[in-house]
Amino acid sequence: MIGKFTGKAWKYGDNINTDVIFPGKYTYQKMEPEEMAKHALEDLDPEFTSKVKQGDILVAGKNFGMGSSREQAATAVKYAGIRVVIARSFARIYFRNAINAGMPAIKSPEAVDAIENGEEVTVDMAKGEIITNKGTFTFPPYPETVMKILENNGLINFIKSIIQT
Amino acid sequence: MAQTFVEKLMSKKAGKEVYSGAIVSIEPDYVMSHDNAAAISNTFKKIGVGKVKYPERVVIILDHEVPAPKESSATNHKEIRQFVQEQGIEHFYDINKGICHQVFVEEGFAMPGKLIVGSDSHTTTYGALGAMSAGIGRSEVAAIWATGELWFQVPETLKIIINGEMPRYISPKDIVLTIIGQIRADGADYKSVEFTGETVLFMDIAERMVLTNMAAEMGAKNGYVPPDHVTFDYIRGRAKAEFDPLYSDEDATFFQVLEFDISKISPAVAKPHTVDNYCPIEEVAGTKIDQALIGTCTNGRISDLEAAAKILQGKKVKARTLVIPASWEIYREALKKGYIETFIDAGTLVLNPGCGPCLGAHLGVMAPGEVTFSTANRNFKGRMGCREADIYLGSPLSVAASAITGEITHPGRFL
Ligand code: SF4
Repeated sequence: MIGKFTGKAWKYGDNINTDVIFPGKYTYQKMEPEEMAKHALEDLDPEFTSKVKQGDILVAGKNFGMGSSREQAATAVKYAGIRVVIARSFARIYFRNAINAGMPAIKSPEAVDAIENGEEVTVDMAKGEIITNKGTFTFPPYPETVMKILENNGLINFIKSIIQT
Repeated sequence: MAQTFVEKLMSKKAGKEVYSGAIVSIEPDYVMSHDNAAAISNTFKKIGVGKVKYPERVVIILDHEVPAPKESSATNHKEIRQFVQEQGIEHFYDINKGICHQVFVEEGFAMPGKLIVGSDSHTTTYGALGAMSAGIGRSEVAAIWATGELWFQVPETLKIIINGEMPRYISPKDIVLTIIGQIRADGADYKSVEFTGETVLFMDIAERMVLTNMAAEMGAKNGYVPPDHVTFDYIRGRAKAEFDPLYSDEDATFFQVLEFDISKISPAVAKPHTVDNYCPIEEVAGTKIDQALIGTCTNGRISDLEAAAKILQGKKVKARTLVIPASWEIYREALKKGYIETFIDAGTLVLNPGCGPCLGAHLGVMAPGEVTFSTANRNFKGRMGCREADIYLGSPLSVAASAITGEITHPGRFL
């Protein structure tokens, strides 16, 4: 079961596109996830990769991940250490890519407004709660199929698990 | 209960009645990928099933870097060819066919009522023929290769009704850029966008493809034009299988219905660096351009080349100009109709069908400080290979007119 996460919030603005999350010039280079992580948010916040800690939380404005379908934009963020992304809204393909990479993507404009950059935030996946300094915000828990993908740490592992059973 | 097109299609696939918001695991009819099939095949191998479950549903079309500009892309292509052989994938198109989205349609895979996914965000294009088609990620494609199915959330539907007669200097690109300027880049986020109205009824397939291609730039999951006689005429003789057209019920629940009258719009331009950074062309007229690009999966079809040729006929270009037919079928037709000769006489560079410089990998990369006016669908920073360059987007008529003067120019001047 995936339960509760607590981490430091990294807060950014609206319309952050996939080119600044993971630059296009690397998309056709073969890279392992750990290598991709070194370029996460490279063109948005050059300090991010050196300061982010395992288990931190990314908070963003509306339409996070707009643009390309490149999956590396989700993989890189996850392997940089981000446990969960909370945004006002997500671009469609990014939302899918995040879940398929085993990284929950939660839409909650209220929580985004409340959270200050750098504060400790707790997310309870099973209950559907985001606990911030300014209060607790709820979101509808994920349907079963999606929870299973997250529990298996991503789509590919999930597929492996069903193929083996 | 009344259903939208996409609710009907997903219900049929799921074998139970579903409505927007539901999550279903269903089997796509076709799964398309291009040069990224090499990366996908690596992920696929990690799953460990060995064989692709339904090789006949896999379509692979090489187009992004053709012919290979460097060793790494050549190796990519080589790996794909090997994989295709090993797996017995028959729907494989090598570097001599054209842009994936155009070839997919020409080869008759895009059919009414089909569920199609692809590892490219502009997979939305096939909705012009009444299919439900959406871009997905690479792992998702690998998962479908392995299991045949994938999870989907049934989207809500945004209906866009377009009415009015297009003035002679207006094309579907101007219409869709104008709409995106109003509803913005996330205006249709996660939605199924249905394009209807009298203007759409009178559009041919190529024109409808501009709308559904650009649906991706509104954040849509898919774009859809209800199939009619125009659709059936186009796919007669092309369709790869039997098909069953599906339509929204009149009284289905739509997220929103928006109406646009396009009879008085100006040629539209998307300024750097977002597609929703709209302005009427008059506002940026006179902006100097270094390069003009006519082509891509948005505007590289025969009617686009015809529009450009009409303007370039007997003229010389001032800006360096790249013309890229979207496929060899289109190239051949343009050759027969004399457009290629017109382009060469005008001093343009006619390149081989493919994505060309659209994604900044080769064939027309920009230098810092330069400006390109392009018929493509994206103008993000760095898109054409240089972060310090500016990309404006417009219609083939506008780009051709501007190529002649060397600055952004209203196409009405040459019509
Ligand atoms: S032409 Fe451009 S937008 Fe179209 S598939 Fe190729 S790279 Fe993508």
